[in-house]
Amino acid sequence: MSYRTICCELTLASSHTARPIPDSHLACSPIILRTRFTVLMSNFRAPPRKGENFELAADLNSEYKEKRKDAIKRVIANMTVQKDVSGLFPDVLKNMQTDDLEQKKLVYLYLMNYAKTQPELVILAVNTFVKDTDDPNPLVRALAIRTMGCLRAEKIIDYLCDPLQKCLRDENPYVRKTAALCVAKLYDLKPELVQENGFLETLRDMIADSNPMVVANTVAALSDIHNAAVASGSNEDIFVITGGVLQKLLIALNECSEWGRVAILGALSRYETADERESEHICERVVPQLQHANASVVLAAVKAIMIHIRHVQTENLIKQLVRKMAPPLVTLLSNPPEVQWVALRNINLLLQKRPDILSSEMRVFFCKYNDPLYVKVEKLDIMVRLAGENNVDALLSELKEYASEVDVDFVRRSIKAIGQTAIKIDEAAERCVNVLLELIGTRVSYVVQEAVVVMKDIFRKYPSTYEGVIPTLCANLDELDEPEAKASLIWIIGEYANKIDNADELLGIFVDTFTEESYPVQLQTLTAVVKLFLRKPDTSQGLVQRVLNTATKDCDSPDVRDRAYIYWRLLSTDPGAAKNVVLAHRPPISLPRTTIAPALLEELIGEVSSLASVYHKPEETFVGRGRIGADSLSKRAGE
Amino acid sequence: MISAFFIFNQKGEVLISRLYRTDLKRSIADVFRIQVVSNSDVRSPIVTLGSTSFFHVRINNLYVVAVTKCNANAALVFEYCYRFIAIAKSYFGKVDEEAVKNNFVLIYELIDEINDFGYPQNSEIDTLKTYITTESIMSTASAVEESSKITTQATGATSWRRADVKYKKNEAFVDVVETVNLSMSAKGTVLRADVDGHILMRAYLSGTPECKFGLNDKLVIDKNDHGLGDAVELDDCRFHQCVRLDEFDSQRTISFIPPDGEFELMRYRSTSNVKLPLRVIPTVNEIGTTQVSYVVTVRTNFNNKLSATNVVVRIPTPLNTTTVDCKVANGKAKYVPAENVVVWKIPRIQGGAEVTFTGTAQLTSTTHRQVWARPPIDVDFQVLMFTASGLIVRFLKVFEKSNYHSIKWVRYLTKASGTYQIRF
Repeated sequence: MSYRTICCELTLASSHTARPIPDSHLACSPIILRTRFTVLMSNFRAPPRKGENFELAADLNSEYKEKRKDAIKRVIANMTVQKDVSGLFPDVLKNMQTDDLEQKKLVYLYLMNYAKTQPELVILAVNTFVKDTDDPNPLVRALAIRTMGCLRAEKIIDYLCDPLQKCLRDENPYVRKTAALCVAKLYDLKPELVQENGFLETLRDMIADSNPMVVANTVAALSDIHNAAVASGSNEDIFVITGGVLQKLLIALNECSEWGRVAILGALSRYETADERESEHICERVVPQLQHANASVVLAAVKAIMIHIRHVQTENLIKQLVRKMAPPLVTLLSNPPEVQWVALRNINLLLQKRPDILSSEMRVFFCKYNDPLYVKVEKLDIMVRLAGENNVDALLSELKEYASEVDVDFVRRSIKAIGQTAIKIDEAAERCVNVLLELIGTRVSYVVQEAVVVMKDIFRKYPSTYEGVIPTLCANLDELDEPEAKASLIWIIGEYANKIDNADELLGIFVDTFTEESYPVQLQTLTAVVKLFLRKPDTSQGLVQRVLNTATKDCDSPDVRDRAYIYWRLLSTDPGAAKNVVLAHRPPISLPRTTIAPALLEELIGEVSSLASVYHKPEETFVGRGRIGADSLSKRAGE
Repeated sequence: MISAFFIFNQKGEVLISRLYRTDLKRSIADVFRIQVVSNSDVRSPIVTLGSTSFFHVRINNLYVVAVTKCNANAALVFEYCYRFIAIAKSYFGKVDEEAVKNNFVLIYELIDEINDFGYPQNSEIDTLKTYITTESIMSTASAVEESSKITTQATGATSWRRADVKYKKNEAFVDVVETVNLSMSAKGTVLRADVDGHILMRAYLSGTPECKFGLNDKLVIDKNDHGLGDAVELDDCRFHQCVRLDEFDSQRTISFIPPDGEFELMRYRSTSNVKLPLRVIPTVNEIGTTQVSYVVTVRTNFNNKLSATNVVVRIPTPLNTTTVDCKVANGKAKYVPAENVVVWKIPRIQGGAEVTFTGTAQLTSTTHRQVWARPPIDVDFQVLMFTASGLIVRFLKVFEKSNYHSIKWVRYLTKASGTYQIRF
């Protein structure tokens, strides 16, 4: 265990003496022991005693300071576990005037909880609040204004305006930044008051504040109010970002805290640039943020760039920007799994918009054995998107590996991915088929079934190329018990009926059990038998008669019956036409480059890092009115 | 933005509940308990019910949950949850049910300070510790001046540092910690090998020191033309918020005013020329249906003056294993039935040395024979004074008004925990 000295401009040489450092250096931050509370707190969570509230009330009025404070703590503990302690309101309130900041915070916490239910009594607290906003200590001023905004009681709100007016102009930036957010709180409770007192104008002025943190919170407050106004149907743009505002935001961006950067980058994304040069300028100023340690800053920067890059015409700059975005996106994968997942969902979106962005980075998306399933599934999808001729071998050997893992869902998806790769890359199709055959050789039921489904798609894409595989597939007929796998195999048999000697025999098995099969299997059987008949009319007349009979007479599904009747008529009136219909040439399938409609994709790219981008769904589908709230959901569960 | 913040225990009991916004009721906690805690089928870290979204992170026996009712910034919400966990760890040492219960007053104080109306605020641990402490702060005349200082720091351009830091001896410790991610195929080819590097710094420097930091990475080399011999190619790097990103972008210099005490200066990623410190050669044979034989050799791949310590090799066994007889010359090996692995612990392996494990697993016969998935062998280890990427700290310069002399120390560590996987 040793450190070596670093000397300026010198490479480290072994001549520098090593010096022992005690082990304790490794253990970083000091662990703070809170022995004083430990004993007390464990009592707070004890089961309720008889008349506990009565006891608490007595203690809250005790003549001893420590006793009162401990009683408050016990009240808060009860509040947390949702016991009703609202009856103690007056007793707790008495303890509000104190020099002890911790006690003050605790009382405030209590007030925030019960102010709504005890509006008359809250009035008693107003005086202390207003007095606190004049306290010489900035922490006390900020605390008072922060708490007043959270009280949610009609009566107290009217008293909020004057102190707020004062705090917005406080000389201390900590108070100003707290007051800025308080305006948003007030707007949430009573929008009229914000308008009447001209708080919006004050906020707009505060964007020019000298302190970056105040600017950031002002931006957050204005954006919050803007969103609330839009949600309530207002058309007015409350937060207009002008060229002048833009300059101030860009300056604050480099100086404020990480969370502030997210707010400012969000505002930058909303700005509508006047010309191309301005868009370029914004992109260039945002790029350094890609190197930030906080993943949400990185994604907010990506979002701002993706929005403003739309107006950039210079090919070189676009290329450069895209190149600079790639490594930070990959680095997001070294975050905790939840953040990784958000990043992966967004990378998926970005790849649909700009498929070239991570073209040489497939290996970093290989799944680790202990990745959570939700991360693995996203990685699979991205790997297939990034698959190309040059990396397909590595991809296939990975996918084969995944197909032997334990989680059934993941195994199936891996096999599906093999099929998608085959369809995407013509040159690799044969290698994919070989891998699938190996997997079928394992005879694990769900592996075989999924492989059969996938093979059907490969037959669709490359007709008459892999007929040699058919005997292997047919050999596994007995293993299949899932409708989709059965239907797939039946389709293959029907399609290649003239190449399979015992096709009538194989299909006969399904005709025998026709009424017991699920509808998709019935439909497939029906079509396959007709195909067989059209190709080998001599040997299968009886079979086609039998299937049409059963399908029209003994089947519950109108779809199946209808299809059977149509075939029957076609065959009896004009076999030539039947051939044209049933054995028609089918258009080849291909893997879609995007899974999201272009307009929606454009919208989601503008929402990078948000829930909408994670779900790949527009915002309206999961928030806002018309949605069933979780509250009503729980009500329904309770009924 | 974040509408509410909760901490639940394993059973779904509420330990901490704080509503930041008016659009939710406290009873929303019940919905989470019913829909997520007692639902074993939840496979996503975000659950949206109606227009309410629950973001949850599991840590030890706790759920840390943030609830939103809008199209929230998902990355921000998760970063916030993890930041809370980091802060709690730094305050209480560990984050579990007991720690939360014992410190709930402090936690309420903290979550009110780092979040206002659902918007995360200053969450720098060092600054928080100056005014949220275990001792009660009295609002007296002397405290006013102190508070002014704190608030200026908490909102200033260097929100992470007080101005009046003083040390008798000015020292800075740099720890370069590299985590190697490896996945190797059964044939011994490297599927993926990369390094996640963290540069941790402990700065005990007086005043407002201006630091400049240099590595032997390509970026620096290109600039100063030192010769390309030992340049390390970094794919990407990310910095603590104290580093001036615009200067890094334009001039490739890492300059900053460090927070006082410990912080993570930088994270980087390297994928080229990764030197793998340990080479694992497994030979595993399934003998019929009743036995599996193992020969696993671990070879160290570095200078013999160094050594790998705390080596833990986890060798998977089939699910129907009854006993494994293990033979090792170094360390201890033991079959752990609960995890279906043999854990082989070796306290120290010298550079250039080789150690071997041989063993046979006895299997019971099962009626339903499923193919054994063969999870990869996993190796944890630490190697001091070695970097897998080859990264070296070239210089750390400290400039301060008072022009004091400062001593800087550097240490390197390469490690793996759960990320070094070899298939067989």
